[in-house]
Amino acid sequence: MTVNLRGDLWFAMELRSVRLLALMQVAVSVALSTLVFQTITGNHILTPSIMGMDALYILIQTSLVFALGGLGYAGLNAQSKFGVEVVLMAALAWGLFLPLLRYSHALVLVLLGGIVLGVLFRSLSSLLARLIDPNDFAVVQSVSYADFNTVNGELLLPGLALTLVALIVSWRARHRLDIVLLGMPTAIGLGIDWPVLAVGLMLMVGTLVAVSTAMVGPVTFLGLLVVALSRRIVGSDRHGPLIIGSVLVSIILLVGGQTLVGSYLGNALPLGVVIEFAGGIAFVLMLFYGRRL
Amino acid sequence: MISLETVSVSLSGTPVLHDISLDLPRGGITAVIGPNGAGKSTLVSAIARLTPLRSGRICVDGLDVFRAPTRNLAKILAVMPQDNAVAGRLRVGELVQFGRFPHHQGRPTQTDVALVEAALRTFDLWDIHDRFIDTLSGGQRQRARAAMCYAQGTDYMLLDEPLNNLDIYYARELMRTLRQVADTTGRSIVIVLHDLNHAAVHADRIIALRDGRVVADGPAAEVIRPDVLDAVFGFPIRVETISGKPISLHFL
Repeated sequence: MTVNLRGDLWFAMELRSVRLLALMQVAVSVALSTLVFQTITGNHILTPSIMGMDALYILIQTSLVFALGGLGYAGLNAQSKFGVEVVLMAALAWGLFLPLLRYSHALVLVLLGGIVLGVLFRSLSSLLARLIDPNDFAVVQSVSYADFNTVNGELLLPGLALTLVALIVSWRARHRLDIVLLGMPTAIGLGIDWPVLAVGLMLMVGTLVAVSTAMVGPVTFLGLLVVALSRRIVGSDRHGPLIIGSVLVSIILLVGGQTLVGSYLGNALPLGVVIEFAGGIAFVLMLFYGRRL
Repeated sequence: MISLETVSVSLSGTPVLHDISLDLPRGGITAVIGPNGAGKSTLVSAIARLTPLRSGRICVDGLDVFRAPTRNLAKILAVMPQDNAVAGRLRVGELVQFGRFPHHQGRPTQTDVALVEAALRTFDLWDIHDRFIDTLSGGQRQRARAAMCYAQGTDYMLLDEPLNNLDIYYARELMRTLRQVADTTGRSIVIVLHDLNHAAVHADRIIALRDGRVVADGPAAEVIRPDVLDAVFGFPIRVETISGKPISLHFL
């Protein structure tokens, strides 16, 4: 927090602590949503973002701008708007993505379904974006790109609360998540109430995606990168160590990366781009080398 | 006792089981045989509450398997499903420890650790209990899953084709181990088998299915007979009695 600090100390500390908290919260929610999503789908490659969940969030934003106009959108109460979005995202995660999981034995099918959904959401967004006037479009654009420099401070507290709840819920469910990893038939045989647990976890994933996307915008490959790295570091698929590991890796990557990029590279390189680049490469490598990675 | 009352099951609209009524009393080994697509696996997964019924009712010790809390059922009924993909980097010991999950909910006690070690030794896995599952051969993985099912410590064990991938030595070992478990602990074992001779030698009762209906049901001597097998599999099979057991020579 004190790297390269100049000027009014109090002002800088306040600004930076808000940003630090926001980044940590994004880090935690991205790590958790990805880890839990991968466990329910029983694979290491799909993430909520790859499946198009943050494209869905952008679609919601664009529709709002379309319906209310740029001014109306800006005039919305940030917190109540956020509340509605979280509920909507959780509901859509449950309604759209859970049915896809029935085919989780056919990874390709799920991946295809997710990509089709993602393209659909993005195309709908761009269709709406074409219909609105250029000023409103600027508003849409500001929410549809990942930006770690300007975080949404108004949503800090509600986001923090949701992320903490999700962290506690996943930590308490860590043993059950271990069992879920064995696949649906075995998990039911071991007394896991699958329908209840799967729906509950999907709702949580939807909420977490909404939280992180609302804070900084969509980051497609961050979750993938973080969880894959922590799997390597932890060397086990037990959720106890994995939850701790991926949360820590995620925080180090985001906060450390932002410090580096912001303070030493003079913001010449947006962190979002760096992470997408590294994550994209990791994604391709994982597709090529599969389980060996 | 496992009791099925007029159970019908459809998978994606295709009827797979038709009005099956069965009682499987406590104790002993029951083998389910039949050609591919006869509904053997569906029968087992319906009993294990994995496949929903179209009509009918299945009770295990008086508990309706689709209504009773699934956690309570996990303490009396264990299932080893057919698909053997175990995702994730787990050691054999860890996998078998998961069998104790219904009892400890993730916090194994001293008893659980001891029971897991016993299960590992029973299934000849103690030497490889530290190995990762994804480094095992298909047969070793199959035995690890059987050990996990056994470690669950339930009165009823359902195994769907546990002999898949096993060589003749371990297939025989597994069947003998199951026989011993049934004899010494009084646990009831329902097992889907393709090998008629394993069924004839080790099972107390054989249920033969064809096209979703029970064609024959009784001790080996009554089911493993040329006329019955012809009705089940649709081709004549020679049966010879060797050491008092009906051995079918289906490869001739």
